[in-house]
Amino acid sequence: MLIKRPPTIPAAAITPPAVYARRREFLRTAALAGLGAGLAGALLRPGTAAARTARTPDPERVIAGIIPSAYSTDEAWTSFEDITKYNNFYEFGTEKFNPWRNAGALRTRPWTVVVDGACARPGEIGIEDILRDFTQEERVYRLRCVEAWSMVVPWVGFPLGDLLRRFEPSANAKYVAFETLYDPKQMPGQRRPVLQWPYREGLRMDEAMHPLTILATGLYGEILPNQNGAPLRLVVPWKYGFKSIKSIVRISFSEQQPPTAWNQMQPDEYGFYANVNPHVDHPRWSQKSHRIIGEGLFSPKQPTLLFNGYADEVAPLYAGMNLRRFY
Amino acid sequence: MAEISTPARRTAGGCTGDALRWVQPLLFVLCLLPLTWLLFAALGGRLGPNPVEEITHGTGEFGLRLLLATLAITPLRRLTGWAWLIRLRRMLGLFAFLYASLHLATYLWLDQFFDWHAILDDIVRRPYISVGFGAFVLMIPLAVTSTKGWVRRLGRRWRQLHRLVYPIAILAVLHFLWLVKADLLQPGIYAGILTLLLLARLPLPGRTPADRPSARTATRPRRDVTAG
Repeated sequence: MLIKRPPTIPAAAITPPAVYARRREFLRTAALAGLGAGLAGALLRPGTAAARTARTPDPERVIAGIIPSAYSTDEAWTSFEDITKYNNFYEFGTEKFNPWRNAGALRTRPWTVVVDGACARPGEIGIEDILRDFTQEERVYRLRCVEAWSMVVPWVGFPLGDLLRRFEPSANAKYVAFETLYDPKQMPGQRRPVLQWPYREGLRMDEAMHPLTILATGLYGEILPNQNGAPLRLVVPWKYGFKSIKSIVRISFSEQQPPTAWNQMQPDEYGFYANVNPHVDHPRWSQKSHRIIGEGLFSPKQPTLLFNGYADEVAPLYAGMNLRRFY
Repeated sequence: MAEISTPARRTAGGCTGDALRWVQPLLFVLCLLPLTWLLFAALGGRLGPNPVEEITHGTGEFGLRLLLATLAITPLRRLTGWAWLIRLRRMLGLFAFLYASLHLATYLWLDQFFDWHAILDDIVRRPYISVGFGAFVLMIPLAVTSTKGWVRRLGRRWRQLHRLVYPIAILAVLHFLWLVKADLLQPGIYAGILTLLLLARLPLPGRTPADRPSARTATRPRRDVTAG
C-alpha cells in the first residue's frame, strides 16, 4: 500500500503573525513585571520535536525488538509527561490527573485476554505470549479526543487483525466487541456508576481488520504505563479516543452490533462509529478544531481533519454511508 | 469610625465594627489568592498539559464559589445575628465578577483566539455557553451599580435590580451542569448548595425575613435579627 506522508511542518502549524506579535507583547509585560525571560520561555513551551521527545528510557520497561512502521506520522511527539498525566480513564476517576495518581495499584501481570464468540477456535491468550508472538511496531499516531484536544503518541503495538485471525472468526462474525477489566478494588472509579461498567467498545469487522487498527502494548518504546491502558489497549487513530478501549480482558466476535459504554450513557452524543469528523459537531460543542496538548498557553486551536487526517486510508470503509446519521 | 464603636451600635449589630476591620482585609487577600496562584503557576509553566483548560476551569470555579458566597451572607446573618456580615457582600460580589470576567476573557482569547465567528456560533448554538454568557451579561449592571453613589441614586430600585443575582446564580450552575460529559458530582454539589441557599430565603410562616430594612428598626425585638 502506498502511504502518503504529510509534510514535516503542516502549514497550519506555522504561527500567524498576529499571534506572534501578541507573544512579543507578553514577553515585554513579563520582563516589566520583573520576571525572567527564562520563566516566559518555560511558559511558551516550544513545540520542537527535539525538545518534546527527550527522554531516557527506563531499562526495566523497555520493549525489545520494536520495528518502525510506514504508518507513523512525522509530527512532533507529545511529551511522555503529558501523555501519562492527562488521561481519560474513568475507571481511575474522572479528572484528567486521576489515572496517573490512582492507576498504580492495577496488577497487569499475569493478564489473560479471553477471545470468544463467532470463531472456530475460541480461547485465551496471555500478555507475555502476545508480546512474544507478535512483532511489536512503533506506530506514531495522532490521537483526537471527543473533547476537542489532541496528542501525537508513539505507540508500540501490532495490528489487531493479526491477533483476531489466530482465533479464526467465522463468516457471521460481523463485529468485534471489547471489554475492560471490571474490578472496583483495583479500579476505584468503578465504585461509582459514572458509566455502565465494565467499559465496552466495538468495531465493525472491516474496521477491526484495517491495518491502521492496533493493539498497543507500550508507548515511547516502553511497556504501557497503567494510566494509558496497560497491559493491552486498542488504538483506532481515525476515531475519537473513547473508542480506543483500555486494559482489555475480553474480545468477542458477534453478528450483532455490540453495546458500547459512551453510547449507552448518552446515545445522541456518542455514536457507535465515532469517526473524527469536523462536519458533525458534538451536540454540545464544536468539533471543527482542537487544541494540541503541550503547545502551551498562546497557541490557537488547529482545524480538525476528517477521519483525523487518515481519510486516504479509511474513507473507503464508509463509502456511501451517511456520516451524519452514523456518527 | 468612633460612631461605629459606640456601645449602642455594638448591641444593635450583634457584633462590632472591630471584627469587620480585620475580616474585610483578610477576605480581600483570600479572594486574591486563587488568582495569584493561577498567575504564578502560569508563569512558571506549572499548569499541566492543558494550561488553557486549567485557567478556564480555575477562574470559572472561583467565580461560581464567590457568587454562592454572596448568596450565603443573608442566611449566615440570620443564623449568627452578625449584621456586619452584610458589609462583606459587595466585595464578594465584585470578586465574583472579576473571576467571571477572567473566565470569559480566557475563553475569548486563549481558547478561541478572538475567532468571532466561532464565538458567536457557540453563544447562539451551545446551550451551556449561552447560559454562561447570559449570566455574565446580567452581572455587568450589578457590578456597575455596586458603588455607594448608585445605591443612593437608585434607592428602592437598587434592591430590585440586585435580585438579578438569583437568575445569575441559577444560570451559572446550569452552565457547569450542562458542560460535563458524564460525572455530575461536582456541578451537582454546586446545584445542591444553591438550592439550599435559595430555600433559606423562603419566608417562614409568621416571621418577617430579618434582612428587610423594616425589620431592622429599633422598635423591633432582637429575635428578628437572630432568627435562623
